[in-house]
Amino acid sequence: MIDTLTAARAQMEVSLAFHMIFAALGIGMPLLMVLAEGLAIRTGREHYRELARKWAKATALTFAVGAVSGTALSFELGLLWPRFMAFSGGIIGSAFALEGYAFFIEAIFLGLYLYGWERLSPRAHLLCGVVVAFSGMVSGVLVVAANAWMQNPVGFELVGGRAVNVDPLAPFRSPAWFHMALHSTLSCYIATGFAAAGVYAVGMLRGRRDAYHRSGLTLALALATVTALLQPLSGDLSAKHVAEHQPAKLAAMEAHFHTEAGAPLIVGGLPDVETGTVRYAVRLPRMLSFLAHGDFDAEVQGLNDFPRELWPNVLIAHLAFQVMVGCGMALIGLGAWFWLARWRRREPGRWLLRAVVVGSPLGFVALQAGWIVTEVGRQPWVVYGVMRTRDGVTPVEGVPATLFGFSVLYLVLGVALAWLLRRLATGAPPSSSPTAATTQTGEEVAHAR
Amino acid sequence: MLVELVAGLALVALIAYAVLAGADFGGGIWDALARGPRRDAQREAIAKAMGPVWEANHVWLIFVIVLLFTGFPSAFAALSIALFTPFHLVLLGIILRGAAFVFRAYSPQSARSVRPGRGARRWGVVFGVASVITPVLLGMCLGAVSSGHVRVSGDGAVRFEGPLPWLSPLALAVGAFALAVCAYVAAVFLANETEGDLRADFRRRALWAGTGVVALSVLVLPLLRFDAAHLWSGLVSARAAPVLAVGVVAALVSGWGLWKHRLRLARTATVAQVACLLAGWGIAQHPYLIYPDVTLHGAAAPDATLRFVLWSTPFGMALLVPSLWFLFRVFKGPALGLADRDDDGSA
Repeated sequence: MIDTLTAARAQMEVSLAFHMIFAALGIGMPLLMVLAEGLAIRTGREHYRELARKWAKATALTFAVGAVSGTALSFELGLLWPRFMAFSGGIIGSAFALEGYAFFIEAIFLGLYLYGWERLSPRAHLLCGVVVAFSGMVSGVLVVAANAWMQNPVGFELVGGRAVNVDPLAPFRSPAWFHMALHSTLSCYIATGFAAAGVYAVGMLRGRRDAYHRSGLTLALALATVTALLQPLSGDLSAKHVAEHQPAKLAAMEAHFHTEAGAPLIVGGLPDVETGTVRYAVRLPRMLSFLAHGDFDAEVQGLNDFPRELWPNVLIAHLAFQVMVGCGMALIGLGAWFWLARWRRREPGRWLLRAVVVGSPLGFVALQAGWIVTEVGRQPWVVYGVMRTRDGVTPVEGVPATLFGFSVLYLVLGVALAWLLRRLATGAPPSSSPTAATTQTGEEVAHAR
Repeated sequence: MLVELVAGLALVALIAYAVLAGADFGGGIWDALARGPRRDAQREAIAKAMGPVWEANHVWLIFVIVLLFTGFPSAFAALSIALFTPFHLVLLGIILRGAAFVFRAYSPQSARSVRPGRGARRWGVVFGVASVITPVLLGMCLGAVSSGHVRVSGDGAVRFEGPLPWLSPLALAVGAFALAVCAYVAAVFLANETEGDLRADFRRRALWAGTGVVALSVLVLPLLRFDAAHLWSGLVSARAAPVLAVGVVAALVSGWGLWKHRLRLARTATVAQVACLLAGWGIAQHPYLIYPDVTLHGAAAPDATLRFVLWSTPFGMALLVPSLWFLFRVFKGPALGLADRDDDGSA
């Protein structure tokens, strides 16, 4: 039987990982959808409208799952971490309250968008979509402030274990907020863009090289590539901030065991906590000092500066960080390949399309890995330097049971949703793709009302 | 006063959730109970009524939770410990209800007819069952909070007096009551939003559900008297009784309106009925959040936080209210859709 702390962390992780996929799609898909609708209005070309309608359906499915799994998270904050919430609810609440408004606006205008194709003028309909895309992005930015505060708590005084002199805007004053919000927002667009591109690459590999598929691929990759190119810049901001404010986390994610000047960047490899070494790694001399502090000779704190009990899990943090960066780099390369081919006025070749298919889940892999770095790297703290995770956990027995139940629930929902999205993805609308008409089944009319 | 205002805000959000999302849960109940020659048409009318608005309606619950943990963090912690199991079951219901509703809507239709396909029918069952259990569980949680059997000590430890409070007779009765209220609100709303035979179907269902509401209130009252005397005395006190009296009058008006085919009047009165009921409960609970150990003032967040919550509300509402008005005008308004055709038909 696993203990309550492990089970609670696992349940939080399962719930967050599940929610995060839909939260990211809820931010990314509406932008794709309004881009397509905007192009439809501007050019009058029907296949853009078909794309917008298709993406709206995907948004409808994923937004609903994101909304209910997000509700679960707001309860789980208390169900799994009541002592943490008793301590910090009054501080991080402002982030959730403002996010609540943004999310409310998103839900309202999504209802208008999804069901308003015939009831609203084209311009009003597009405007509703713009509001959905904008408020979705804003709600993500606002809620990340709560996590930023947990990483870098400010705006209160600790007196006898209670927070006093609380600044209600504390989450937004956390210096971690800006770069975390930037990094996570970009990651949502990257993950959504590459995932959507994969759908159209599959279609084109099956011979459907019509305007609908080509535009779907190009639009999705345009969003994905622009954001993927910006991501290393925001990642650099993050790294420098973490180096300054959470040195133990930086040391863990870089598997940097010993404090030294001119520290090398350790790429890949398996950290061994017992011996303080990293096997099978590539070392780039002095690069870590440069990346962390902007100076090739700067001293970078290693894990040996911290008591062992305050180390995060080095293996997980380091590997997750490598996965995130690796996926990000691969995706930048993939985007560059596509636009280079396009710039040379070449039709995307089969190998390029195959690469887009293979690369389509990597954005989500990177997003999940990045959150693992953030959260595992914060351990053993729930509020960095203030409250240990084990001191925030619920005293209720039975968390292993709810962990099991929620894991099964999310697995079933994930499989069902993947199946529905696959049905949605196969078969272009007949108007733009006569060749695909034969594969079309009833799903197009399923939601005609 | 600051504390009371924030608590009042949470109560208003709870009322909005009960009326709006309650109607959506009720829609699911009538989906599960759909029968007769117009079974598919009933389900379609329910899905049509819910589709554009259910997600916005659902957000009111998130507001209640956020207001609770922002304004009263230690009470939120105590409730999360005390109601660990029913809250998890509520989440199960909420997740399954929402997911099943969209999964059904986007499932392929069966190849040969306009009937929903097999996948859609299965998700329809999940949707209906989840819509039934969720309001019952929410009602049970509400009953447990008021039961007086959840004891919270100064260090935040929680213990129960007697058996599990959310399974007490009172909590079960409140759960059943919540179910009946949701079914009633939904049927009244649906009767307003349909026409012809469907309207007759939903009006008849509203009359049945209304009878259930009355019967269950008769059951709950003695239970309150003996199982939660503090709440009973709060309800009959000079503070709460006038509000509840208005609620009873509204309930009678809504029943009369239904009977006399004055459906718009019935709808307005139903909203007033639910609002007064919950407001009366909230006033009777005052000054306790969890009787008898957790008071509003004892659990309140620092003043600065409460002030932020209050000051941000007008700005948030300035965005929300026009948006909500627009949403309901487009999909439920008299100038568009079914109600429009109905007016033409009767002219």
